Amino acid sequence: MATYAAPVPHVAAREVERERTGWTSWITTTDHKRIGVMYIVTTFVFFLLGGVEALMMRLQLGAPENTLVTPSTYNQLFTMHGTTMVFLFVVPMMAGLANYFLPLMVGARDMAFPRLNALSYWLLLAGGLVFYASVFWNPAEAGWVSVVPLANSVFSPSGGEDAWIFLIHLTGLSSLLGAINFYATIANMRARGMSWGRLPLFVWTILTYSLLLIFALPVIAAAVTLLLTERHFGTHFFDPTEGGSALLWQHLFWFFGHPEVYVMVLPGFGLISEILPVFARKPIFGYKAIAASTVAIAFLGFLTWAHHMFTTPVPEAILVFVMLSSYLIAVPTGVKVLNWVATLWRGTVEFKTPLLFCVGGVSIFLIGGISGIFLATFPIDWQVNETYFVVAHLHFVLWGGAVLPIFAGIYYWFPKMTGRMMNEAMGRISFALIFAGILVTFLIQHVMGLDGMPRRIYEYDNVGHLHLYNVISTVGSFILALGVLITVINVVRSLKVGVVAGPDPWNANTLEWFTTSPPPVNNFDVVPLVRSAEPMKDIRREVQRRSSGARVDGPVTVPAGATQVGA
Amino acid sequence: MGTLLPTTLAFFTPESGGSPQANEIVSLYKVELVIALIIFVAVEGALGYALVKFRKRKGAVPAQIRGNTRLEVGWTGAAALILVGLAVFTFVKLSSIENPPNSGPGGASLAHAQEAGLQFASASRKLPPNGKALHVTVIGRQYIWQYVYPGADEPDGLGAPYSYEEMVVPTKTTVSLDIVSDDVVHAWWIPELGGKAQAVPGYHNYTWFRIDKPGVYHGQCAFLCGRGHARMTATVRAVAPAQFEEWLAHQKQMIHEANEAAKVAREGLGKQQGAGAVEAATGEKH
Repeated sequence: MATYAAPVPHVAAREVERERTGWTSWITTTDHKRIGVMYIVTTFVFFLLGGVEALMMRLQLGAPENTLVTPSTYNQLFTMHGTTMVFLFVVPMMAGLANYFLPLMVGARDMAFPRLNALSYWLLLAGGLVFYASVFWNPAEAGWVSVVPLANSVFSPSGGEDAWIFLIHLTGLSSLLGAINFYATIANMRARGMSWGRLPLFVWTILTYSLLLIFALPVIAAAVTLLLTERHFGTHFFDPTEGGSALLWQHLFWFFGHPEVYVMVLPGFGLISEILPVFARKPIFGYKAIAASTVAIAFLGFLTWAHHMFTTPVPEAILVFVMLSSYLIAVPTGVKVLNWVATLWRGTVEFKTPLLFCVGGVSIFLIGGISGIFLATFPIDWQVNETYFVVAHLHFVLWGGAVLPIFAGIYYWFPKMTGRMMNEAMGRISFALIFAGILVTFLIQHVMGLDGMPRRIYEYDNVGHLHLYNVISTVGSFILALGVLITVINVVRSLKVGVVAGPDPWNANTLEWFTTSPPPVNNFDVVPLVRSAEPMKDIRREVQRRSSGARVDGPVTVPAGATQVGA
Repeated sequence: MGTLLPTTLAFFTPESGGSPQANEIVSLYKVELVIALIIFVAVEGALGYALVKFRKRKGAVPAQIRGNTRLEVGWTGAAALILVGLAVFTFVKLSSIENPPNSGPGGASLAHAQEAGLQFASASRKLPPNGKALHVTVIGRQYIWQYVYPGADEPDGLGAPYSYEEMVVPTKTTVSLDIVSDDVVHAWWIPELGGKAQAVPGYHNYTWFRIDKPGVYHGQCAFLCGRGHARMTATVRAVAPAQFEEWLAHQKQMIHEANEAAKVAREGLGKQQGAGAVEAATGEKH
C-alpha cells in the first residue's frame, strides 16, 4: 500500500468481477458497452448492404434506358436503400455510439435500464432480419416513404410492404425504448457536479434525439398500423371513395419524417462538437449557443413537416407558414456551423483522421444546408421537388451531418473500445476517397434535377447531358465505396495489429478518457467530481498542481496504489 | 461571352422558357443563387482559411477562447436578416408565379370554353383577372396521362373531347389545369412550363400556364406511382388558336367515329355469338 502524500487521479481501474467470455455471454449481455458494440457492428453491416443497393441503382442509371435490372427490382432497390439507411443504419448507429459512451461520459456505471437496453438491440436486429427476409420473396417497392394509395393492398399486393410495416414497428419500438433509456440515464445518473450546463455536447444531442423520438415515433407507429389495417382488415382511412383521405398518409408520415431527420443529424452535430475542440486544442466556441440551438432545432423540427408536401393540394396558409418555419430552423443550424469554424479559429489544428472526418462533415453539410434554402422556398420547390436536386440535398445533409461524423466517431472512439489505434495513413486515404466520392457523386445531381430528371425512375431518355451526368455520378459512387471499404479494412486490421492505445491517446476532454481502454465492466472505480464541461482538463490541471510540477502534456501515468481523487 | 454566361447560368437554374410561371420561378431562383453562392464562399472560405492558417505548428499556442457574445449575436442576427430578406422577396414574386395573366390578344376565343357540369369552382383555383381561361382536366392514372378539354355537349357533361399523353393547347391563351388522379398519387410536371402539382385521388390540384409561341414541351410524372413511373411521360404541344380549334373538332370527330365503330363491332359480335352472349358480355340488350 503506497504512502502517497499528495493524492493523484486514479486512472487505472481494477475490475470488480471477471469479464465473461464466449458467444453466450454476448447474447445474454446487458452491459451497455457490449450492447453498444453489437449495435455498431450490426448497423455498419446494414450500411454496407444499403451501399450495395445504391451501387446497383447507380449501375442501372449509368446508361439511359438501361436494362440491368427490371423496373420492379429498381423500385425495390431504392425502397430498401432508403429504409435501410434511415432505420437500420443512421438512427441505430447513433444509439449504438450513445449506448457505449453516454454512461461513460456522464460517469455512470451503465444505462438506467440495462435489460431494456438489451431488448432494444434485439428488437433492432429482429426488425432488420424481418425486412431483409423479404428479399427472398418480394421486397417492398413503394419507396421508403411508402405513400398510400401505392402502398395499399390494391397497388402493392405483395408481402414486402408488410415486411416494411413490421420493420417500422420493431425498429420503432427499439428506438423508443432506447430513447426512454437515454433520457432516464441523462436525467438521473450524471456524476456529482455535472449540472446541465456542464453536460458534454454529445450528451445534449442524445437528449434531444431521445425527446424527438419519443414524440415522433408514436405517430409513425399509428400511421403504419392504419396502413396495416387498410391492407388486411378492410379499413378505409386513406380511401377517398369511402370517406378517407389519401393525403392523410403524407401528413402522418412527414410529421414523423421531418423530426426523424433531426434525429439523424443532431447526434452527428454532437460528435462534431466533441471532436473539433480536442483536435483544435481549444474549447468549443459558444457552448451555450450550441446547446440552445440543439434544443431549438429539435422544437422547430416539429413545425416544418409540410415542406415535404409543397406540391400537394394543401391550403396556401400552410405553404407560407411552413416556408417561414423552415427558414427559421436554418438560423440555429447555421449558427452551429459558424461556432464550429470559430472553434478552429486561432487553435492549433491537428490533422488526425477524426478531425478530417469532422471538418469534411461540416463542409459537406454546409452545401446541403444551402440547397435546403432553395427547397424551403416553395415556388422553387415546385420545380425541384421529387427530382435529383432533392436527392443531392438529402445526401449532402446526411453524409455531412450524420455519416461523416459517424466515421469520425469510429476513428475517435475505436481506441477506447478496443485499446488499439486505427491506422492513420489508411484513415486519411479513406477520408480523401469518401470526401471526393461524395462530391463527384452528388454535386452533379443538383444539375440533373434542375435539368428535369425526376427521382425514383429506373430509366431516363437520352436527352440533354443526362447520360454524361449520370455516368459521373456512378463513377463517384464507386470512389465513395472504395473509401468506405478502406475504413472497413482499417478496422479489421487494427483490431489485430493496431498500436496499443492508453486511456487517453487524444488528450481529450470528457470522462470516457478517464478510464482504461477498453473500460472494465464497472467503467470507473471512482468517479471524479465534475467541475466544468471539460472534466479531463480539470483533472490534468489538478495532477500538474499536485505532482512535482513537471508539465503534463500527455496521458497521465499513475503510481500503483493511489486511490483517492478530487478530495 | 454573350452565350457563355447564359449557358453557365442555365446549368445552375431550373428549366424555363415556356410559360411565365417557369420564367418567374427562375428569376426568383437566380436571386437566391447569388445569395447562396456568397454564403457558400464566405463560410467555406473561413473554414478553409482556419484549417490552413491555424494548423498545428511548432511553438503555436491555441487561444483558449470560449465564445464572444457580441459576435454570436451578430451572426445570428445577420443570418435571420438574410432569411427575412429572402422571404420578403419571395412573397413579392409569389403573385407573378401563382396568378395567371389574362390570355393575350390573338389567343383562343374562349366563348365556348365553359366548365363542364361535373367540374366545380374552387377557392384555390387561380384564374386570370378577367376570369377566362381554357380549362383542361388532367387525369393521372397508371401509367398514362389523360386530358379532358371543354366541349362536353351531351347531357350530364359527357362527350367532352380528350387526348392521351399529348396535350394540345392554343398559344397566347391562359390554360388552367385541374389535376386529379384515378388511382395512386402522381404528379404533373412539364419543367419548362412551371412547377409540379401532385395528382392525389379524392383531391383537385390546380396550376396554369400560358405559352406564347408554338412549340413542344416535354415532361413526365414526378411522383412514384408504381413500376411504370419512369415511362409516364407527358407532352404539351402549343399551336396557333385556329389550329387548336381544328384539332379539337377533329379529336371530337375521331372519338365519335371510334364510338360508332365500337358499336358496330359489338353488334357484329352479337350476330356471331347470339344475342344472349352479347348481353352477358356487355350488359346491353339487343
